[in-house]
Amino acid sequence: MVRGFGWAAAFPDEVWEHVFSFLAADADRNAVALVCRAWHRIERRSRRRVFVGNCYAVAPAAAVRRFPEVRAAAIKGKPHFADFNLVPTDWGGGAEAWVEAMAEGWPHLEELRLKRMVVSDDCLELIARSFKNFGVLSLVSCDGFSTAGLAAIAANCRNLRELDLHENEVEDNCLNWISHFPESFTSLVSLNIACLEGDVNTSVLECLISRCPNLRTLRLNHAMPLEKLVSLLQRAPQLMDLGTSKFSADHHPELFFKLESTFAGFKHLKSLSGIWEAGPAYLPAIYSVCESLTSLNLCYATIQSPELFKLVSRCKNLQRLWVMDLIEDNGLIAVAASCKLLQELRVFPSDPYGVAPPISLTEHGLVAISAGCLMLHSVLYFCRQMTNAALLTIANNRPNLTCFRLCIIEPHTPDYISQEPLDAGFSAIVESCKDLRRLSLSGLLTDRVFKSIGASANRLEMLSVAFAGDSDAGLHYILSGCKNLRKLEIRDCPFGDKALLDNASKLETMRSLWMSSCSVTLGACRQLALKMPRLNVEVIDERRGRPLESWPDDFPVEKLYIYRTVAGPRSDTPPCVWTV
Amino acid sequence: MEDLDNLKATELTLGLPGTDAPEKPSPASTTGANKRANEECCLPVAKKQVVGWPPLRSYRMNSIRIRKMDAEDNTGIYVKVGMDGAPYLRKVDLRVYTGYKELMEALNDMFKCFSLGGAEGHEESGYAITYEDKDGDWMLVGDVPWEMFISSCKRMRIMKGSEARGLSSST
Repeated sequence: MVRGFGWAAAFPDEVWEHVFSFLAADADRNAVALVCRAWHRIERRSRRRVFVGNCYAVAPAAAVRRFPEVRAAAIKGKPHFADFNLVPTDWGGGAEAWVEAMAEGWPHLEELRLKRMVVSDDCLELIARSFKNFGVLSLVSCDGFSTAGLAAIAANCRNLRELDLHENEVEDNCLNWISHFPESFTSLVSLNIACLEGDVNTSVLECLISRCPNLRTLRLNHAMPLEKLVSLLQRAPQLMDLGTSKFSADHHPELFFKLESTFAGFKHLKSLSGIWEAGPAYLPAIYSVCESLTSLNLCYATIQSPELFKLVSRCKNLQRLWVMDLIEDNGLIAVAASCKLLQELRVFPSDPYGVAPPISLTEHGLVAISAGCLMLHSVLYFCRQMTNAALLTIANNRPNLTCFRLCIIEPHTPDYISQEPLDAGFSAIVESCKDLRRLSLSGLLTDRVFKSIGASANRLEMLSVAFAGDSDAGLHYILSGCKNLRKLEIRDCPFGDKALLDNASKLETMRSLWMSSCSVTLGACRQLALKMPRLNVEVIDERRGRPLESWPDDFPVEKLYIYRTVAGPRSDTPPCVWTV
Repeated sequence: MEDLDNLKATELTLGLPGTDAPEKPSPASTTGANKRANEECCLPVAKKQVVGWPPLRSYRMNSIRIRKMDAEDNTGIYVKVGMDGAPYLRKVDLRVYTGYKELMEALNDMFKCFSLGGAEGHEESGYAITYEDKDGDWMLVGDVPWEMFISSCKRMRIMKGSEARGLSSST
């Protein structure tokens, strides 16, 4: 066995392994691996968890070879803007290559988490058959599979603890997939099927729940009628995390009473979600658990402000609140008064196209929250108006913000009082919130805001920009500043070639850059690709036309996705994608 | 059946106002802020809803749409109706009709320019009205009792009489 430097040999490998086991962060383990060959060898053989932020950044076989003892893997595929239909559906992100490599090299894999990937039923079957001790499957924002694939998982993964299906597009072709869990299967701890469209057989589910005493998380889909929900929940009073089904029915006092006593039986419930289509009649049934809730997700519940107020003001220990803008400013003011432990707030639009009469949710609600909730660090807020003054106040109130995503629904909306761009407001945010890691901009913005961001946002890791800026200078400010930037996504901004080429080397320090409907030309992409061989420069163009080679340099690029990689150009590009 | 999918692009629906809303002019839209070398790739922001904006998951957009339709008419059963040769799909609420006769009259009205045969009609030159049921089978409209029909009908298609002959309940 080859030994490293003398000092590294002072202790046996197992000792170093034990020391390294205290390093949770991948960055720390990566640093350790660079110290000497011995540490590199010991670290790679003892690494148990890998996170692959871009499935094309490294070849699956290379990852599997380097870390042979991995037990938990998390992999992400498509760019974030795929969530908003900006990425062609056939772009890529297929999971097969990874699953095949893992099946071959990581037979002891226990946990797999995939996000924004295309996962086929064949993939699911391969997963089900390949990993004897498979315990956790999490699929977030994926597509390409059906309930038949889920049946294979249910049937074969005898030690499955967690099945987490979050916002996937799942085809429903196997109606009774839940019945594929064998009678002997009792290990389930967490089941999230909220994204499934079809009916789930309630009695089969009840049997499953009854024989899984460790079940802590159960998130159902909207399909189950309320009466059936009640009888199901009575089997699982130990739940800590519940996602209900449809929360409305014709009013039956008996049903209400049963629902109320079922909820009263939940002594450990901390997290509540679902509440689809909630009718005001049944909401009071959950009042008894409000005080113990730390997480409440009402973002699919079209409850009006008075009912929302009654509900949320009881939740004194809430740390996370996701809600529709139906809560209105008054509701948020009440939240600010009642929920002093609030850390994360997300407010979604109930009527994004603004055809109904406007809701009274404005900048005032967010300002109130920023003043009343001292522990607030994460915000996602959809609204229709904003002022620089409000943003300044928020920035001053909450310098501890780590995530600030503001979406003013109409592009190019200025400060509605002064008619100025919102540069000053967002500048205040980045200057005050020194730990800001994620920022999404909206409203009318000039290059000035980017100057502030480039200069002040030193911890910023992800930036989303839309309909903003005047010129290339905007992009240049970002790329030449923002020391820790990992992901940059831009749409409909007048950013072009010069900023990109002047900051080419910056791109290798980032995970990825997305630009669509900007002013980049094919010539710049070609130059960039030549200059930076370890970047994949993908030009995406869905209009049918001549192949890339025949287009001139001044051809405007519709969509551009640039990412660093050690795997070279990928081999699975569809017709609309060219790696330059 | 593939035709129905292709017709989606030109589909008219009786759906929520928001999805078919007259375009709101966007204030600054594609002003000088967007310098483009080539006009042909200029996205017309002003006149129609912008793709992917506001940034909401399609999952959420679909939920909003479903919820609004439920709210507007809690008991409505909306099914799409396509017709061979017609350039767009229509959507009907089956709850609105009390029986087959009313439904036929409504469809006749909707697809006026074409001559419809009755539910049982299989004339060579006429059309027959068919529907896809919960099991994915295509049946002739009128074969089953009305209540059973509206609870199992997923969508309808007005086929050329010659194609529909094979669906007759006698086979």
